[in-house]
Amino acid sequence: LPAFHAMSISAPRGLASSGQKPITEILHPLSAAEEPLSPGPDEVGLTNGTPVETPSPASASVLFNRLQLDDDLDSDARDPYADTETHDLFVTVDDPKKHVSTMETYITYRVSTKTTRIEFDLPEYSVRRRYQDFDWLRTKLEDSQPTHLIPPLPEKFVMKGVVDRFSEEFVETRMKALDKFLKRVADHPVLSFNPHLNAFLSAKDLNKRQGLALLSKVGESVKNVAGGYKLRVRPPEFCAMGEYLDTFNQKLGTIDRIAQRILKEQSEYLTELREYGTVYASWAGSEEELQRPLEGVAGCVTTCCGALEDMSENMGQEFLPVLREYILYIESMKNVLRKRDQSQAEYEGRLEAAVLRKQEDRTPVTEVEKCQDKMECFNADLKADWERWQSNKRQDFKQLLTGMADKNVTHYEKCQAAWESLITLLQDKQTEDKTSETN
Amino acid sequence: MADSVSSEEVAVISNTDITSTESENNIINTMVERGTALLRKLEINVAEAEKRTGKNTVNMQETYTVYLIEIRPAETEGGTPAAPDTLWRRYSEFELLRTYLLVTYPYIIIPPLPEKRAEFVWHKLSADNLDPDFVERRRVGLENFLLRVASHPVLSNDKIFFLFLTEEKGWRDAVLETGFQDKADSRLKSLSAMFRVKNPDKRFTALKQYSDELNSVISQLLRIRARVADRLYGVYKVHGNYGRVFSEWSAIEKEMGDGLQSAGHHMDTYAASIDDILEEEEHFADQLKEYLFYTDAVRSVCRKHELIQYELEMAAQDLAQKKQQKEELATGTVRIFSLKGMTSKLFGQESPEQKESRLAALEQSIQEGEETVKEKNTECQEFVRAAWDDIEHFKEQKDKDLREALISYAIMQISMCKKGIQVWSNAKECFSKM
Repeated sequence: LPAFHAMSISAPRGLASSGQKPITEILHPLSAAEEPLSPGPDEVGLTNGTPVETPSPASASVLFNRLQLDDDLDSDARDPYADTETHDLFVTVDDPKKHVSTMETYITYRVSTKTTRIEFDLPEYSVRRRYQDFDWLRTKLEDSQPTHLIPPLPEKFVMKGVVDRFSEEFVETRMKALDKFLKRVADHPVLSFNPHLNAFLSAKDLNKRQGLALLSKVGESVKNVAGGYKLRVRPPEFCAMGEYLDTFNQKLGTIDRIAQRILKEQSEYLTELREYGTVYASWAGSEEELQRPLEGVAGCVTTCCGALEDMSENMGQEFLPVLREYILYIESMKNVLRKRDQSQAEYEGRLEAAVLRKQEDRTPVTEVEKCQDKMECFNADLKADWERWQSNKRQDFKQLLTGMADKNVTHYEKCQAAWESLITLLQDKQTEDKTSETN
Repeated sequence: MADSVSSEEVAVISNTDITSTESENNIINTMVERGTALLRKLEINVAEAEKRTGKNTVNMQETYTVYLIEIRPAETEGGTPAAPDTLWRRYSEFELLRTYLLVTYPYIIIPPLPEKRAEFVWHKLSADNLDPDFVERRRVGLENFLLRVASHPVLSNDKIFFLFLTEEKGWRDAVLETGFQDKADSRLKSLSAMFRVKNPDKRFTALKQYSDELNSVISQLLRIRARVADRLYGVYKVHGNYGRVFSEWSAIEKEMGDGLQSAGHHMDTYAASIDDILEEEEHFADQLKEYLFYTDAVRSVCRKHELIQYELEMAAQDLAQKKQQKEELATGTVRIFSLKGMTSKLFGQESPEQKESRLAALEQSIQEGEETVKEKNTECQEFVRAAWDDIEHFKEQKDKDLREALISYAIMQISMCKKGIQVWSNAKECFSKM
């Protein structure tokens, strides 16, 4: 059996809703609609790392994970994903390097893995990957795990001339986004067992040809199913999800615009503030008694400029990327919702056809049942991922907004300290004057 | 001419450990030295401003502002405060008083009036003369002007100034009777003429240069401060948008909803807080503006010194010429080509009698000239002495005032930081509960 099918089933929520069949017996309902994905020899151009063609369907680790999760679910019903998952796969993206050849210039990132999973031959890997490779992985995950929400990658295309693709800032931001993407995949109870991820993390060279061929096939099958069919009744929970995503998308867009506008206002404020400080400094030059106080004010203004700069930089590098990630996440989520609708449409279509045919001759209803299973599995996976995503989102935004407030507090604290020390300086001078007067 | 201030009369007002509201109230007090003769007897306030409508000189309807001046005897120990004497004055009357002082005391740096029209404003601030905030700031400025004059060792003794405070009706005539305007006109005419002083007093040259520098740096500072205020206003107000969007977003969230909603309120508070902050900062701008206008007063003293110096030099030059003429006449030699020399050559020698009477006339004129030079010299010396007394007094006052102003500015900044910390800490608490 293809490995990932079994793994998909072993997703905790998927299993819970797809019936009580034993894990080993069940076939992923979607498998009928797709080519078997068992990696052929040409796909695995691996010179090192774990061979991907020999995963065990119901690996002990998966089972263990599942049971573990079920146990813990009861103990912490409020926030089931916060800290109950066993982390046995740790990934990091760092150390960007620029490669210049006659053909092209590109950036690679180091992808480091530490794991105790038996699917990996070694406990540690370190490979270099470029953006394209991440893109390949994401496409593979989306194709092989269509019922799941795949975390987004940072935008592929950047406007030439507007953004310098090789600037330190751009590379740093992209690296962080890639790191986030990979961590989210590695933390996912189903996606983290995908063999493509395994290959991506451990193979020295990735052969990506197979992936591209597959993409076009899936695209076609999706088109066939879609066929302009209108759903009878979309379950209310999915309607709610769609509505939620629309509103959330709108609000995030607004927040993004506000944040960017704040950055712009702050940078203009900073420009003026710098000049303001300079004028105090030049005034100090033409004074005697007031020289030190004025220099003090100039210094204070400079300190405030520095504090503001730190805050703005942090906003640009920490705050905005998270907003972007979630805006892209919404797209991924909508995509999954669409696919779910298609799967429901397919089921309803077949059911209708079967009812019509029923009057003429008694064809087996297994096809219809298959479709129903498929849809139910889809629903279950989606609901599980939704819960998971909501929980992540809550954590992420809590952290993001708390961080924003914190950065503002820090900024004001730095400024306050500067002005307070200025007052000390000015008043010290005053008491000096007073004592010299009385003498 | 000038009574110098004895050192114990200069009260040093300490400013340790003041909160921002206190500092605001102290702004006026710190600007003025207490304890001069007039202020010891009188308490002076510009208590309120009122809008009035009336006919002006060309019989046109106009709206103007009048200011209520209150004076009352300074509080004596144990006594109940007496009811104040009050009178109303227009800004133009303040201007007249100042012009009078300027002409009458050319060697004194006359305190400036607050601006007639709002300058260096950031865009949210109204530049309208009848705007209540502007009128209020001008009221404070006018009171400050009166206190400055009342605390000045020379100006506080001026009779016209006293009448300004006490005689609502008769004052105007009294000022005009002093004939200061005639003096002003002739002096102004000579001021506007380009004159060259041969031996300028280096101290005054330096002072003039300093006041030019001060003028340019303060106006630069005020301009940039207005821009800084504009930008800061923008930064705060844009945060207000978070208030709305958080509140809207909270509607679709379950666990996060409450936190977002209340954090949104804090963002509204944050955005609103900038109005008061910048309003308060205007006091600092006003303090700087006073010194910007002071630079004109300083330059005016320098110019008047130049004028006196010029008059002295002209008198000395005149005298030297006459002496030369006398020498020429006595020796019969012409050192410098002159029309007189030419005529005497062309028309032959004068008779001894003629020569004698001319010599006597010249002698007389030289004596007069020497008298004038002596006079001018004394005048100039007296001017320099009196002016320098006042300049020293001014410098001391300026250093003290500006230091105080910087302290109160720093206190304002601290209070702004504290407000910011407060709001963001509250918001942080809401966020962390999400």
